[in-house]
Amino acid sequence: MADLLAIGTRKGLWLAHSDDDRRTWTIDGPHLLSQEVAAVGVDVRGPVPRVLAGVQYGHWGPTVTWSDDLGRTWSETDEGAIRFPADTGAALARVWQLRPDTAERPGVVWAGCEPHSLWRSDDGGRTFTLVRGLWDHPHRPTWAPGSGGGAVHTVLPHPTGDRVLVAMSTGGVYVSDDGGEEWEPRNSGISAVFLPEPAPEYGQCVHKVAADAGDPDRFYAQNHFGVFRTDDAGGSWTSIAGGLPADFGFPVVTSPRTPGTAWVVPLVADAERVPPGGRLRVHRTRDAGATWTELGTGLPDGSWTAVLRDAVCVDEADPTGVHVGTRDGCVYASADEGDTFALVVGHLPDVLCVRAARLP
Amino acid sequence: MTGAVEVLLPGVLADLAGGARRLEVRPAEATLAGLLDALAADHPVLERRIRDEAGALRRFVNVYVDGDDVRFTGGLAAAVPGGAVVQVLPSVAGG
Repeated sequence: MADLLAIGTRKGLWLAHSDDDRRTWTIDGPHLLSQEVAAVGVDVRGPVPRVLAGVQYGHWGPTVTWSDDLGRTWSETDEGAIRFPADTGAALARVWQLRPDTAERPGVVWAGCEPHSLWRSDDGGRTFTLVRGLWDHPHRPTWAPGSGGGAVHTVLPHPTGDRVLVAMSTGGVYVSDDGGEEWEPRNSGISAVFLPEPAPEYGQCVHKVAADAGDPDRFYAQNHFGVFRTDDAGGSWTSIAGGLPADFGFPVVTSPRTPGTAWVVPLVADAERVPPGGRLRVHRTRDAGATWTELGTGLPDGSWTAVLRDAVCVDEADPTGVHVGTRDGCVYASADEGDTFALVVGHLPDVLCVRAARLP
Repeated sequence: MTGAVEVLLPGVLADLAGGARRLEVRPAEATLAGLLDALAADHPVLERRIRDEAGALRRFVNVYVDGDDVRFTGGLAAAVPGGAVVQVLPSVAGG
């Protein structure tokens, strides 16, 4: 049994390996040097683990590439894995999310992209099909880009059913109950401080959403100001930011095994995107957001960096690991649910995304 | 079919052309679009590095036909006659 931690950065991909239950890590890389890796996924459902990367080849455009030998060789589809149909007049700008679906849907991989679009692959990420139901949604022309660009950045397929939840900056949360045909906004209760109407139906800048381990209708959202929870699949959201030092931030992740357990990394504010007091800290709830505990053992003080929306991940091990990448090129790993962290690697380019997998 | 056109590639793209820095291409139409269509037939990944799926030249890719920047000579409609030399270069960008 080995653990893999894939680290996507602004200038390449690094792979961290651990053979001792995440106590020590060996760094392998750079892979895809000089390419921005904004999305990475590790698909362990097939006969060999597949590392999928959403890359931007510098001047030469974005695409999806994959490796079936842990980074030794990379492949890409001749025509491009993600290619907007001609009638849309659109062109892929960036791959923001690569999400292998469950074991019950082998071969299915979801991609969230810029411009705002959702894509589904049924062949393990070689080719994707545009989810027309969302692309053709009448709200789409009003989904404005955030400072990083306008994108679907979060894709959460239901563990067994046909429901798919996406989150967008901006646009907010949209849900389809039929696998992607029909979509409706589900943002009631989520604030939008940058819009004249404080509680619009849609248009929010939801930075990240994560699903609870025990209740498929329960989700947690880190918003552009505000941390929220829904218990009815987005029908209504309530604030769970009480007890946090700040309600701004980008990532939220949840335990894959313990209901009610989630982690966030607060930043001061949108105009001050640094940890409060320069102390990089992770905050954990074990009661679905009623209370939060600051976790800082092994994390630095004097850290004037930020943690981006996909730069935190959890793993499937027991106890759950929590892994955090920073914009100043550090990755901290915890094998004990965040109680203690250790530096895995430093001095990388800006960490854009991390994903963990336990390899067979 | 027009006459052969010589395409010069930067080193970073040579792997996508079988290691070649120079390609001889015979486009069906004597324009940059025609040249890229012909390039796509034999080297689809290379063509995608130069032009997106909507048909636009990528923002930070510069193309010169006999030394002239196509952005000032018609873009994809720029004339590429037989015997022309077409150079693909990355622009100054990045950090």
